Amino acid sequence: MSARTDAPVTAQLEAAAERAESRRGLSLALPSYLYLLFLFVVPLLIIGVYSFASRSRTGRPKLENWNLDSINKLFTDDLIRSIFGRSVVVALITTALCLLIGYPFAYYIATRRERVRNLLLLFVMIPFWTNFLVRTYAWRVLLGEDGPLTELGRLLGLWDSMLFTLPAVYLGLIYGFLPFMVLPLYAAIERLDWSLVEAARDLYASGWGAFRKVTLPLTRPGIIAGSILVFIPSLGAYVTPDILGGAKTTLIGNFIVNQFLTARNWPLGSAVSMAIMVVMLLATVWYFRSGARTL
Amino acid sequence: MTTQETTVVTRRMNRFLTGHTWAVYLFFYLPILVLVVFSFNESAAFGVRNWEGLSLRWYRQMFANDNLMAALRVSIVVAVVSTAISTVLGTAAALALERYRRWIGKRTFDALLYLPVIIPDVTMAAMLLVFFTSLGQQLSVTTIILSHIAFNISFVSIVVRARLSNLDSSLEEAAGDLYAGRWQTFRRVTLPLIMPGVLGGALLAFTLSLDDVVITQFVKGPDTLPTFVFGLIKRGVTPEINAVSTLMLTASVLLVLGSLALQRRR
Amino acid sequence: MKRLLIILMAMALAAAACGGGDSSGLVDAAAACGVDEVDGDLDLYNWSDYIDPELVSAFEADYTVTVNEGFYDSNEAMLPQIESGGNDYDLIVPSDYTVTIMADESLIIALNKDAIPNLGNVAPAFTGLPYDPEDEYSVPYQWGTTGIGYSYEVVPEDWEPSWELIFDPDFAPEVSGQISMLNDPRETMGAALKYLNYSLNTTTQAELDEARDLIRSVKDRIKLFDSDQFEDLLVAGETLAAHGYSGDFFAAYDGASTDSYDAYEDFGYGIPKEGAVAWVDTMAIPVTADAPCTAHTFINFILDPENGAALTNYNFYASPNAAATPFVDPDILDDETIYPPDEVFERLEFIADTGDFETRYSTAFDEVKS
Repeated sequence: MSARTDAPVTAQLEAAAERAESRRGLSLALPSYLYLLFLFVVPLLIIGVYSFASRSRTGRPKLENWNLDSINKLFTDDLIRSIFGRSVVVALITTALCLLIGYPFAYYIATRRERVRNLLLLFVMIPFWTNFLVRTYAWRVLLGEDGPLTELGRLLGLWDSMLFTLPAVYLGLIYGFLPFMVLPLYAAIERLDWSLVEAARDLYASGWGAFRKVTLPLTRPGIIAGSILVFIPSLGAYVTPDILGGAKTTLIGNFIVNQFLTARNWPLGSAVSMAIMVVMLLATVWYFRSGARTL
Repeated sequence: MTTQETTVVTRRMNRFLTGHTWAVYLFFYLPILVLVVFSFNESAAFGVRNWEGLSLRWYRQMFANDNLMAALRVSIVVAVVSTAISTVLGTAAALALERYRRWIGKRTFDALLYLPVIIPDVTMAAMLLVFFTSLGQQLSVTTIILSHIAFNISFVSIVVRARLSNLDSSLEEAAGDLYAGRWQTFRRVTLPLIMPGVLGGALLAFTLSLDDVVITQFVKGPDTLPTFVFGLIKRGVTPEINAVSTLMLTASVLLVLGSLALQRRR
Repeated sequence: MKRLLIILMAMALAAAACGGGDSSGLVDAAAACGVDEVDGDLDLYNWSDYIDPELVSAFEADYTVTVNEGFYDSNEAMLPQIESGGNDYDLIVPSDYTVTIMADESLIIALNKDAIPNLGNVAPAFTGLPYDPEDEYSVPYQWGTTGIGYSYEVVPEDWEPSWELIFDPDFAPEVSGQISMLNDPRETMGAALKYLNYSLNTTTQAELDEARDLIRSVKDRIKLFDSDQFEDLLVAGETLAAHGYSGDFFAAYDGASTDSYDAYEDFGYGIPKEGAVAWVDTMAIPVTADAPCTAHTFINFILDPENGAALTNYNFYASPNAAATPFVDPDILDDETIYPPDEVFERLEFIADTGDFETRYSTAFDEVKS
């Protein structure tokens, strides 16, 4: 056979192979796809629909009197805007603190021997195999009037009972989300090509310079992944501010729960939830734009 | 010390890092210490001024507490089942996304997988409640399991994808040349290579399921351990909960050490 | 892709429109219930720690049924569960204003009074109350007040209880920063409204705003908002005064007392002179119940004089059951904060649902916390 008649046949075979490839890919993903479509997208659409409904006395939406009241409130209501602003600030500060505390921690672990590394990581996870509520209540004991940490603070003359104050909330949030920062950071640092770092040290003659110009930029995907994994749940947190903060400050998470339960205003709760999701979606999109392919 | 260690950190920096790391570990374990210590407290009340001496009272009471034991059983069943299913589904999803270049709806699926991660807990809880009841589905252990799978698929797929994207696919291609079929390639090459990721994802899913309060609270029939504790808050949290937590902690530590020992032998 | 989205939207709308129960069959079944009749196990949905476990066992033994208990900690947590119809609870214990809402939304059935002969035991003061004027849907279970629990470190034993302990910035300076208030919009705004001499069911925005500003101005005096552990925090010394429910305080004081220590010497409870909330928790049957006859029998059982007294002796709340009085622990009966005399009773108000105005209370509360 001549080379010229081979080409179309090969092209056909390739196309068929690609189609088979495509089908296999789809069938692998299909179970999850369908699952998420039905157990996630449909409920989500229901919530979206609720944002336009009106409130009944029990709080559940009435599917009549469609209105834009709830949506409107998102943009005009001062209370909602100030709560949202405050929540964003709290989430940002929590993320920043987790980064500051988590980076050296992750760096240390990533630069140990391999067997030690895994053990160290496991010891990070172990506290989180206890019940979250029990852990948070344990902080109440530590920070309370008679708590050991309070006694220590009084002895040092540095602080008194921190319970039911804003610092206690930050403490609780950082405690809960630090592993979410540490794990991606560790993954990024562990993957580093150390020869690059070595070369940088020779070049810059200072550890700090090498760190700033080489290590930090190279671990950027980990920093961003960790930040997102901390920022998002911090924004929605409401149990910690209640238990450790004494429910003295309403954050957006508390506000949403209130709408569904106490205030009995599901349409507003749905609208605010959708708004939060949009914000988080934007944050995630920005992450992917910055060049990363996966979290 | 390895090459990493000698080139990367100066001695002074190493001391700082070590100190900082120990401090963080202390931070992580302080509340754990509290809850373990108070599980042996004779008195029912929390608070340092209520220490009344060592006792195994709460451990005994815990086993006698039917509601608590039932909730614990439900928690474990839910966690095991939902982890198993979401690990399989999540791994398959990760493979589909990383190893197959183009298929219909791929980009949408990619985006879809991130939604459960970014949605606030309480919203997911409310919408699942509405969804189940609109379909006339009675709330039960099944609805809890279904809900947990819904968010765990995403977490598992994220972890496995991270692992997959790092792997050199040339190994699998070589295996493809050597072995007869795709399944064999998967079983003998891909799976072992991604196993750390799969196990990591499963571990994450298990932890998330075991600890979930908000979503479970809304869609539960019977109580799980976290919702049981949540309900106890009103009645007065007794140290039985500390006893349960301490035992679960001990069980997990033993499990981990056991699996490490097994690995070393291999 | 677009087609898929449209199909999903349609599903969502259909699903959202569905839901709710069919009550007609149940009302007929309930009408046929006889006295002491049981038609299956009882699924009881009650507040935490509100019924003596021994009473539950007694019912199980007397009628050879099993009682399955579920718990909630607020009416607002119970409502969505019942409304969604995802459970088949036979008996719930809603508070006064919740009964009105549930009746209006057809979530509870009209009771078959023939199956509850003990209804006559209910004290006249608790019949025909505004939340259920014809006593069609509910039977009173327990009632109590919301007042202030306090340590005698800050006020003397003979102090006349008043909201000034919380809202007067100059009163008892040592209690500043050591007060807890309920994390409940209606209760906490209500306390402020009462101090300002307004009704706690007001629908006047100006009055609500005044109450909000009052609380804001003394926010420094408040250490935290808590509806679950206020009594424990008081006894543990984390707070020196707490806004909360009568029975919870007494249960805590009782629990803290030992053979050598009487907590009542250090702590007290008072109904403020400006007025406070009186609330009634009731028994009602959801439309989704699958054992209505057993539920009716249980209501009758609770209304039995000795059982009503047992409830009170267990949870320290007052019984609306007049026939139970002889069986109630005399210490409890004598306590004027549990069984207040008439002139105090007159100053109490029941919380009523304010319809569309209701969300304003929640908003005002959020504004306080901002």
